[in-house]
Amino acid sequence: MNLDAKVPGGPLEDKWDRHKKDLRLVSPANKRKFDVIIVGSGLAGASAAASLAELGYNVSCFCFQDSPRRAHSIAAQGGINAAKNYQNDGDSSWRLFHDTIKGGDFRAREGNVYRLAQVSANIIDQCVAQGVPFAREYGGLLANRSFGGAQVSRTFYARGQTGQQLLIGAYQALERQIGKGTVTMYSRHEMLELVVVNGRARGIVARDLVTGEMQSFAAHTVVLGTGGYGNAFYLSTNAKGCNVTAAYRAYKKGAGFANPCFTQIHPTCIPVAGDFQSKLTLMSESLRNDGRVWVPKRAGDTRKPADIPEAERDYYLERKYPSYGNLAPRDIASRAAKEACDDGLGVGPGGRGVFLDFSSAIKRLGEDTIRERYGNLFEMYERITDENPYQTPMRIYPAVHYTMGGLWVDYNLMSNLPGLHVIGEANFSDHGANRLGASALMQGLADGYFILPYTIGDYLAGAKLEAVDTSHQAFRDAETEANARLGKLLAIDGTRSVDSFHKELGHILWEKCGMARDRAGLQEALARIPALRAEFWENVKVPGSAETLNQSLEKAGRVADFLEFGELMCSDALIREESCGGHFRTEYQTEDGEALRDDDRFAHAAVWEYQGENQTPVRHIEPLTFEFVKLATRSYK
Amino acid sequence: MKLTLKVWRQPGPKATGKFVQYSTTADEHMSFLEMLDVVNEELLAKGDEPIAFDHDCREGICGSCALMINGAPHGPRKATTTCQLHMRTFKDGDTIVIEPWRAAAFPVLRDLVVDRTALDRIIAVGGYISAPTGSAQDGNAIPIPKEDSDLAMDAASCIGCGACVAACPNASAMLFTAAKVSHLGRLPQGQPERDRRVLAMVQQMDEEGFGGCTNYGECQEACPKDISVENIARMNRDWVRATLSDRGEAVASAGTG
Repeated sequence: MNLDAKVPGGPLEDKWDRHKKDLRLVSPANKRKFDVIIVGSGLAGASAAASLAELGYNVSCFCFQDSPRRAHSIAAQGGINAAKNYQNDGDSSWRLFHDTIKGGDFRAREGNVYRLAQVSANIIDQCVAQGVPFAREYGGLLANRSFGGAQVSRTFYARGQTGQQLLIGAYQALERQIGKGTVTMYSRHEMLELVVVNGRARGIVARDLVTGEMQSFAAHTVVLGTGGYGNAFYLSTNAKGCNVTAAYRAYKKGAGFANPCFTQIHPTCIPVAGDFQSKLTLMSESLRNDGRVWVPKRAGDTRKPADIPEAERDYYLERKYPSYGNLAPRDIASRAAKEACDDGLGVGPGGRGVFLDFSSAIKRLGEDTIRERYGNLFEMYERITDENPYQTPMRIYPAVHYTMGGLWVDYNLMSNLPGLHVIGEANFSDHGANRLGASALMQGLADGYFILPYTIGDYLAGAKLEAVDTSHQAFRDAETEANARLGKLLAIDGTRSVDSFHKELGHILWEKCGMARDRAGLQEALARIPALRAEFWENVKVPGSAETLNQSLEKAGRVADFLEFGELMCSDALIREESCGGHFRTEYQTEDGEALRDDDRFAHAAVWEYQGENQTPVRHIEPLTFEFVKLATRSYK
Repeated sequence: MKLTLKVWRQPGPKATGKFVQYSTTADEHMSFLEMLDVVNEELLAKGDEPIAFDHDCREGICGSCALMINGAPHGPRKATTTCQLHMRTFKDGDTIVIEPWRAAAFPVLRDLVVDRTALDRIIAVGGYISAPTGSAQDGNAIPIPKEDSDLAMDAASCIGCGACVAACPNASAMLFTAAKVSHLGRLPQGQPERDRRVLAMVQQMDEEGFGGCTNYGECQEACPKDISVENIARMNRDWVRATLSDRGEAVASAGTG
């Protein structure tokens, strides 16, 4: 497997600018001769589709929702980072880069991350120009707040609906192109196969989710912006439809899957209420600017929070991490919450919760200011829990949120499979082992607006691509394969629902490959998942037919992929004998319980290569070299 | 709590639909959609096909969920999407009628799932600011009064669910369209295309088969994001202004391009 990252040499600050000069161009008259398929319409997919269509490429964009505006990026609440230094607090591209590298526990590529920090400022400008109503100061200038893992205020936001507004900006830019006829939009379509011709990605097979029709689409290059795989855990903050299928099918066709064990657990979610729970709701990390996290000092303290005096509360984040306090990064804050609950200090039903308390902020700033800052989040919390957070502290608990692993890509955002580009959460590139708050939106838009439009031209200008259309045998084969899979699922006619398998898989992954992992647990998961998968293929019940809108069938295909992918995730976690970011192996920790990295053995991206059905995949590595930052123990104390 | 559900079942776009009755037991902490998940598991166990309904984020923001509950879009609780509606809103022994959005412009695809792509087409004719990637000036170069930005955000918080259409006796998409017109029209960046935008979007709304607004105000009542009918007044004013201005005429004769 060729894992040449193609990061340009030379000074960090100049890499991207110099690379842009070296990238080949496609002439305006030739751009329309190139067909580009983009799968996914979130921040990455929609911004890429709009930008490439503006440039003149002939774009087709696919999403499984009824409208591109519903992609899960829309649910991101808190904000988007950009090194604008509008606050005069000493921010710079360098600092954003440094925070991101450190936040990712030194498991991301320096070159990529610096570029992300550089273009972050342009993203804000672009979005403002599109009419994204960012929060403003009374003087009319853009407002900022701070987020976990940063000591400057560089996060731009639109109330608690930042993802929504950024996505709507990109969606409107996309709709503009659809209106002009430069993008053909296929909503309610799901990609089920990647088509590879002569070693290059040349198209996809997608199912029309309304009619059930399997269709082939050919192109000169394929872009996946299909998000993450957090729903492997069943309960997560992801939308119910988020899945790994597109990325996994690409993996099966030869694209390397990097760092699948890196999952971010978000510390501020609403705790699980019962067995019927279908998803977990995240409360924006921005709440930790004003909310103080605490638990009672005494185990089994069932008094109302208001009745517990200050002296009997443990503000554990402020105590353990005085310089970052409640704004400690997500992995650290999550693990600290788990430890408090494991010690019997958890609050609420089942003891799986900690308090996020706004009483001192309300006292200091007044309820109106708090309402202004977080009103919609408070309302949402009250609606779900039936508790009023202005009067009593919120209860929060960590939940699976974002996946840092994904398909391996080089500096040009192309996978090892030529012609397959991967952007946003679907790739592995910029967050290392942990993602800092407000950096996912930044990466999705950086990739789609500012990086891919340059690098895709280089591929198209340089590749000698023969004419391929959907009559090619590779498309026939892929359609046959996809149809056979659906037929097989429908024919099993067993006794267990798809959801019951998904829940069981999720339970295994959460317990054994969640916030903390160890060798024995991972080995157990690696024994249980194949058994569960075998049962799935013998005993799943998928009603209906493939010729109609069939939501059970859609789910079944996705869960079938999660059942394979979950194993890959555990294998990756087992081999990575160190703790870093979202990957915490309990065997590898310092005396005071912090993550213990092993840079000598694991300062690399682990990239898995598929070997065929029931064959052990091969693990390759891309070594990570740190020229510009010193590999240091990550400390937020 | 024990519940009786009367659910609209329709196997496909051209099939005839009918109400089917189900009984189920729900926990008060369940969301409405989690209650339906449980019903679907029960149906599956009996060998029946589950009820198809649209949903995705289950956080009240994606706008996918679209159920008419006891005659009200998203159910009885004000400013709440179906996914954020909890069963504690209902009582033991209740009968709940569940239907799809009803509007000629939203054809039923199956059971409770309707086709809302007409809303996307309204955006595609002008619901944007033409700002090509890469040419933007510094974000702070155009100061925007906080009040304007906040009002734009109020309108921009529309989730495009279509509840306004479902609630309107005329199946009008005025609130949806007006929210977009207001969002962009409140901002300095939105001015150059303001006339063209409103004319094109209103025309498309008509072409899609949405009805006209007769000021019932049901849309505002049903809106899960509390979007105000003031936006409709604003759109009407913009529309009249655009119709009377030279730019408006130029657009009207040149089409909606």
